[in-house]
Amino acid sequence: MNGLVIRAGFLTSVQDLGRTGFRQFGVSTSGALDSFALRVANLLVGNDEGAAGLEITLGGLHLRFDDQRMVAWCGGEFDVQVGSRALPAGHVAHLKGGDELKFGRAQIGCRCWLAISGGIDVPVVLDSRSTDLRASFGGFEGRALRDGDQLSLAEFRRSETGATEKISSWTAPHDWTSPASRHPNLRFIRGVDWNRFNDVPIQRFTRDEFTVSADSDRMGVRFDGPELKREDETDLISEAVAPGTIQVPPSGKPILLLGDCQTIGGYPKIAHVITVDLAVAAQLRAGDHVRFSEVLLADAHCLLSERERDLERFRVGLGLQRS
Amino acid sequence: MEIIPLGDSALIVRVREQFEDAPDETLDEVRRVFQLLQRAAIPGVIELAPAYTSVAVFFDPDAILKTNRAASGAFEWLGTRIHSAVAGVGDRRRARRKTSPVIEIPVCYDREFAPDLDAVAKHAEISAQQVVDLHSTSEYRVACIGFVPGFTFLAGLPRNLGTPRRGVPRKEIPPGSVGIGGLQTGIYPLRSPGGWNLIGRTPLKLFDPFKNPPTLLHPGDRVRFCAITREEFESF
Repeated sequence: MNGLVIRAGFLTSVQDLGRTGFRQFGVSTSGALDSFALRVANLLVGNDEGAAGLEITLGGLHLRFDDQRMVAWCGGEFDVQVGSRALPAGHVAHLKGGDELKFGRAQIGCRCWLAISGGIDVPVVLDSRSTDLRASFGGFEGRALRDGDQLSLAEFRRSETGATEKISSWTAPHDWTSPASRHPNLRFIRGVDWNRFNDVPIQRFTRDEFTVSADSDRMGVRFDGPELKREDETDLISEAVAPGTIQVPPSGKPILLLGDCQTIGGYPKIAHVITVDLAVAAQLRAGDHVRFSEVLLADAHCLLSERERDLERFRVGLGLQRS
Repeated sequence: MEIIPLGDSALIVRVREQFEDAPDETLDEVRRVFQLLQRAAIPGVIELAPAYTSVAVFFDPDAILKTNRAASGAFEWLGTRIHSAVAGVGDRRRARRKTSPVIEIPVCYDREFAPDLDAVAKHAEISAQQVVDLHSTSEYRVACIGFVPGFTFLAGLPRNLGTPRRGVPRKEIPPGSVGIGGLQTGIYPLRSPGGWNLIGRTPLKLFDPFKNPPTLLHPGDRVRFCAITREEFESF
């Protein structure tokens, strides 16, 4: 045992970068809803980017560690404490045996990702350590964490860095560690079925504000607000959907699919949120007001490539700092 | 054949526009496109997901842009590679139909497992026994797998057995339940909510995450149900 879950909080699960290769069998991606945040947190503590960490929803997690570990987290605006000291997003804390880590309530946003040096040691199921909460497999016994669970952490090989600070003064770039916004804007590219909607729903979608419904989870964010009705009510043949897809059921109220979404769907797809903005989407919580703005596919690809280049530089920089 | 972006990291190769007018042919063609794309192993492609009339291709746009530095975008580059990988797939003279063996799925149509058998019979205006006979003598094909891991959508339901989904979905359906939803039949592999009419249950485990591949059935497979007794079900 290396970590005791004193309080599991509202919904905390073991996640890595998700499960790929099994969509043809109906297996969802799962994984950290903001996989970039988990990658950054993992790099900060010296892990491989894809090590398993914890996804914490709305806070409340309280852990105690048995041995020396580094921890870092990224995501919404949470008050996090190491003992009596605050641990802001993107900073690295050096914990010793017996230290406790506590996540308060989210001020802005709703999720964050905690990386622990070594990573969480759960069995790999279908090539991933992510928890599939809907199908109940992977992660920690195929379920969310509960009070009293004992987490195994993998061996951490890195030699001690000789850090003198309990909490690092340096940090990762702010827009990586804290992507949540009070006025979220999601950039999208046109959906597979964009042309099935006429001017009225399209104008509503691109100009109006939508409110995040309480009926949202890791499968998808549901929106209240303007209805996006189609004139053509013919049924569509089910085909693939993906995290980021915005589908419109007959109610006209759009649903933005997230990591736990099913692999195929039959509702018209009006738009797709671009990959870099899934970090913002993962922070949406009930009552948030959201706007959508269109970008071109090539721009979405440029934004993604730029972010990868920046992360590469960050990775090199971290290596230099630690050598 | 049409190629449409499904966001910035996936695209849909739409092989056909319609399904119901030629289900068998369409499934063969989708299967063929899936296999050709798999064989092509295009760099940057992460995985493929077949459905009724299409194959979705998930890719890493950054990996494609990095390795190719092409003047065209990642989508255009990938589109060209896909087109050349699947060229000639619709050519009927070359399409040799390989008939795969029929996989038998034992199903117990016992009343306890079939709360909606009477509703299906009433809708079809035949007896419950006739529903069982029809359902268990027809041949089906796995059109796609989705909804929950391992849920098989089977095409080939005799038309008169087609029954609309229940108005209010059940909150929890036991694993192995065999149902009818519209013109399709299928098997619930996991405990899940669902709106299909339940007419039986199979003792087979359709989804096992600790096996690879994790599902008993694969897209394109031919399937037949064989009726078993309650005793046979229990001793499975």
